[in-house]
Amino acid sequence: MIGIEHYVVVSSILFVLGVLGIFLNRKNIIVILMAIELILLAVNINLVAFSAFLGDLTGQIFAMFVLTVAAAEAAIGLAILVVYYRGRGTIAVDDVNRMKG
Amino acid sequence: MIQAFAFYLFAALVIASGALTVLARNPVHSVLWLIVAFFNGAGLMVLVGAEFIAMLLVIVYVGAVAVLFLFVVMMLDIDFAELRAGFIRNFPLGIAIAAVLLAELVLGIGAYRAGAIGLGTPMGDAAPLLGESNIENIGALLYGRYLFLFECAGLILLVAMIGAIVLTHRERKSPRAQQNIARQIARNPNEATVNARPEVGRGIEL
Repeated sequence: MIGIEHYVVVSSILFVLGVLGIFLNRKNIIVILMAIELILLAVNINLVAFSAFLGDLTGQIFAMFVLTVAAAEAAIGLAILVVYYRGRGTIAVDDVNRMKG
Repeated sequence: MIQAFAFYLFAALVIASGALTVLARNPVHSVLWLIVAFFNGAGLMVLVGAEFIAMLLVIVYVGAVAVLFLFVVMMLDIDFAELRAGFIRNFPLGIAIAAVLLAELVLGIGAYRAGAIGLGTPMGDAAPLLGESNIENIGALLYGRYLFLFECAGLILLVAMIGAIVLTHRERKSPRAQQNIARQIARNPNEATVNARPEVGRGIEL
């Protein structure tokens, strides 16, 4: 029978894959944003699984809010990316040093 | 039995497509694998009875976010081969950090299995009511106790929408597409249309 542990294992692996994706594609900010989406998907799977197995719907409500913030973040991130590409003609993360931060 | 089979199918597919998302050479393929991952994640959620969140995941992620990614990847003319230059160099560091993170998560799961960590007990005031569907339960909770948070989520989306529009908006310089709204509104039928009765064989002057 499928228990909570199975879901936790799946979402852990997905979370680690997302973190790995950030480190592997350090230059390509589009893939970094996609890896962040993967991480948020792992979090959502975890929240929904715990919500279902504990019999408490709060987890599903919070998964919805995570979804909202993820959508807003993707929209703003891609908008910044488009503006940056218009100005510089590249999206390499290493070249983002104008503010000397 | 069929539930276990479906779980392992969805779990294997979500992990495989997640791995291909971060490993694919072409970002367009990455987006497509991300879509597969979201579909299978939604399948996993359907299996535990959270249909509403699963459908929301498909609509929001596959319908909006993934398409947005696809637009941006295809719109920007980028040499992706150059961006992959550090892939091999970053590989050992990435694997090391991922291994450390995975080890920590495995330790946590091991501690749970050994009995050191117990699952929390819910307060019971958000328990799903028997005989009502998932979406009815979520709706009652969302428009009741979490109404304020729900409104805040709407506000976040509004700010994101305005922000994205303001960031990417460009003033058009060409006069061709200019529209003088005041002149357009000030027109009235008397001066806009002329009733002419030209003689046969002669044109009219406008």
